[in-house]
Amino acid sequence: MLRALFALAFCALAAGPAAADSWTDTLTEARGQTIYWNAWGGDEQINAYIAWVGQQVQARFGIQLNHVKLTDTAEAVARVVAEKAAGRTEGGSIDLIWLNGENFAALKSQNLLYGPFVRRLPNFGYVDVTGKPTTVVDFTIPTDGLEAPWGMAQFVFLYDTASVAEPPRSIQALLEWAKAHPGRFTYPAPPDFIGSTFLKHVLLELAADPKVLQEPADKADFAAVTAPLWHWLEAIRPNLWRKGAIFPASGPALHQLLDDGEVDFSMAFNPAEASNLIQAGHLPASVRTFILKAGTIGNTHFVAIPFNAAHKPAAMVVADFLMSPEAQAHKQDPRVWGDGTVLDLKALDPADRARFEALPQGVATLPPDQLVPVRPEPHPSWMPEIEAEWLRRFSS
Amino acid sequence: MAAALQQLAAYTGRRSAWLGWLPPLTLLVFLGPIAAGLLGTVLPAFGYLPALGGERLSLEPWHQLASAPGLGRALRATLISGFLSTVLALALTVLVFAAGHGTLALGRVKRAMTPLLAVPHLATAVGLAFLIAPSGWLARLAAPWAGWRTPPDVAVVQDSLGLALALGLILKETPFLVLMTFGALGQARADDHLRLARTLGYGPVQAWLKIVLPLVYAQIRLPVYAVLAYSLSVVDMAIVLGPTTPPPLAPLVLRWFNDSDLSMRFQAAAGACLQLVLVALAIGLWRIAESVFGWLARPWLCGGGRGGSGFLPGVAAWIGLALLFGLSLGSLLGLATWSLAGRWRFPERWPEQLSAEPWLEHAGRLLGPAWTTLVAGAISALVALALVTGCLENESRRQRPPGLGALTLLYLPLLAPQIGFLFGVQVLLVWARLDGSWLGLIWSHLLFVLPYVFLALADPYRSLDPRYARSALALGKPPWLVWTRIKLVMLLRPLLVALAVGFAVSVAQYLPTLFAGGGRFATLTTEALGLSAGGDRRVVGQLALMLAALPLLGFGIALAVPAWRFRRRRAMRAGG
Repeated sequence: MLRALFALAFCALAAGPAAADSWTDTLTEARGQTIYWNAWGGDEQINAYIAWVGQQVQARFGIQLNHVKLTDTAEAVARVVAEKAAGRTEGGSIDLIWLNGENFAALKSQNLLYGPFVRRLPNFGYVDVTGKPTTVVDFTIPTDGLEAPWGMAQFVFLYDTASVAEPPRSIQALLEWAKAHPGRFTYPAPPDFIGSTFLKHVLLELAADPKVLQEPADKADFAAVTAPLWHWLEAIRPNLWRKGAIFPASGPALHQLLDDGEVDFSMAFNPAEASNLIQAGHLPASVRTFILKAGTIGNTHFVAIPFNAAHKPAAMVVADFLMSPEAQAHKQDPRVWGDGTVLDLKALDPADRARFEALPQGVATLPPDQLVPVRPEPHPSWMPEIEAEWLRRFSS
Repeated sequence: MAAALQQLAAYTGRRSAWLGWLPPLTLLVFLGPIAAGLLGTVLPAFGYLPALGGERLSLEPWHQLASAPGLGRALRATLISGFLSTVLALALTVLVFAAGHGTLALGRVKRAMTPLLAVPHLATAVGLAFLIAPSGWLARLAAPWAGWRTPPDVAVVQDSLGLALALGLILKETPFLVLMTFGALGQARADDHLRLARTLGYGPVQAWLKIVLPLVYAQIRLPVYAVLAYSLSVVDMAIVLGPTTPPPLAPLVLRWFNDSDLSMRFQAAAGACLQLVLVALAIGLWRIAESVFGWLARPWLCGGGRGGSGFLPGVAAWIGLALLFGLSLGSLLGLATWSLAGRWRFPERWPEQLSAEPWLEHAGRLLGPAWTTLVAGAISALVALALVTGCLENESRRQRPPGLGALTLLYLPLLAPQIGFLFGVQVLLVWARLDGSWLGLIWSHLLFVLPYVFLALADPYRSLDPRYARSALALGKPPWLVWTRIKLVMLLRPLLVALAVGFAVSVAQYLPTLFAGGGRFATLTTEALGLSAGGDRRVVGQLALMLAALPLLGFGIALAVPAWRFRRRRAMRAGG
């Protein structure tokens, strides 16, 4: 064990000149491996993009990629923890996880992640770690090279201009609007990440001192800090869709309600999502997006490798491919997914930069200068307690 | 001649060495994991799970469970949907037989019910949701009259009482009870009794209720308990049609099992035990209600009332059947339409365009799960058929009918809630390093495929006239040839039907695929369920439609092959 630690430390120190060679070795080891990538599978466009990645890594690196579709990333965390508990320290069933925030914090705090490996990935050099600080600090937790940035997200609200002339642009105004239009607004049930993120916006905007949310929850008076959140949620509840007796299961489920005309608003963690859905015929052409006056939360999402992954080389090769300019530009194409890039466009060579500049802007996508201010995520320790409290209040 | 006699003696007198091993092997294959699974659920429920630091027995998980948010409402929805669906499905079954016994129409009902039974619960649930949701097809049809510009804000599906779930269960469980009752009628010698009652002047409905029902009910008691147990612990249908905050008990327990906070597993195990206790109590309660009901009905039964022509019960039965078939077929039609739909907003009754394009667009998305479903279903059904045929042959050679105990054991996986022992099975598979493997997946499917294959095959196999085999043996054929060339060929039709039943059961499995597959096996069921909440309705429609089509195809083949094989043998076509 001690020897292994020394070896690890040595590798980290020697990463400089030896990197190229060791990466060639990694590519060789990865060839022919089959990996299981556990990633949330609730969105068809994202699933299609992951299928494209599978074709690419098969053709380029001889890696067979299987997408294990999760309904909640917590399932993958539970599996890794269970394998650790059962003593399976190698040959684990998950090779790669798409995650951020609470799930990353949970795995990192229990030493269940492989690495640091991110600096060994050649394409990490293009990542904009200064301009996009969330690529290395995930919900206030330093990533320490244990997860590779994959995409940039920002929360936006969707509304149908055919039924809402001027959308409410603050949490307080939203409450007033809902009271005036009962049954026309709702949010996904936490712990769905869209639902949880909506609760964060309510809390960030109403909290007496939002700065305490950047610190671990156990340092603050939970009840006092979150009191305005519960007050607001109880106030809006009777005016929600189905009077708050039922909540949609996810963001896509809420989009469906918007498309069916059951509600007037939806939410997405991707500014381009509304445009994609209009293009694909899943939302009316009259849908547009907006953000709150005080801004909305922006973050980065990542991929990480469990400590006991059976095929670490192939997992690293895939993580590296995901950060490549080609894969990033394809992902940012609003006709594909429209997920923002983690790369620094200025660092790319002109041909690669041109891939991004050629991308169209969707009809319902706000230009970058209107997507400000971007608010930081709260410390991940807040959400499990908030989600539990939400369940206590809203399901019994 | 001497040799032939010896063979005859060997055939009936002693057990074949390898056939004799089959019954214990079969029991081991499917009772072993269930026993281990129950243990692996009960121990953590009392705090014992060393892998997660639980090394002492305690009641802490039960305290946790008692204070779990939403437990009361979850139980309420579970009990309402479970009892309501069982009572109504049984009532409709009884009504249909009482009003229709001996009529040609009843034969047609039987033929029409068989395909309904083959459609997996999940496909029916998804289709029903497309139909009855506030933005569903029925509301779209009613919108012009009701003046709805937007869908009415009423919780028709996922209602907090679980009524939509009950409706979905009725659609699926009634065909099961109707077909089980058909099977029981013969054993109860219903026709003879009815004739007697009619000559004594009893009206058709009263004759059936007073004479046949008490006899038939004794035969279908186990299937009724199975329906009750299933309805109280269903997961896939409940996720689609049941309430969500909180869901009924079984999906709620599943949610706890999947929590990233592993200490929740103790609470989940306690919840799974609660589910087991709930089902056991419900069956006990049902048993008591049977007696009370019988006692209360005695004056009516023996009072000598003859009853009239049974016009009103007849009307009620046909209305019930019309609703059942209307909703079931409407669900399938809804799936088919969504799978082909272009843009289709509320309140339009019909999509803007229908084309094969959505199918082509998602073909790559559908083929993988369809293949996995097909392979798992085919292999588990074949293995089950081999084991069951072997057991039945062994039984026929030993000439010993099985006791009631064996049958009850067989019903165990159908009576015990899946959530109650699959967690333990998963622990067992992880320990054996079989989780996420084909072997583990097929084994877990086998637990549920095997009993159904046995139920489907046992009666035809046991009722095959033993004189065919005896004559062949007497003519000098060795036993294995008699078995393969004569008995199995004569039983081709029931064998294929049993295979199709097994296949259909495997196709529909959700929890076993989830727990044993380690998330690595995407079947049509897991995919459709994963996307059912908010996924693109076209893809969900396609997945659910394929889910419904595969078992139907299996039954089609099971009926077509013997028809073709025996096209020149009239007696074989009629029998079987």
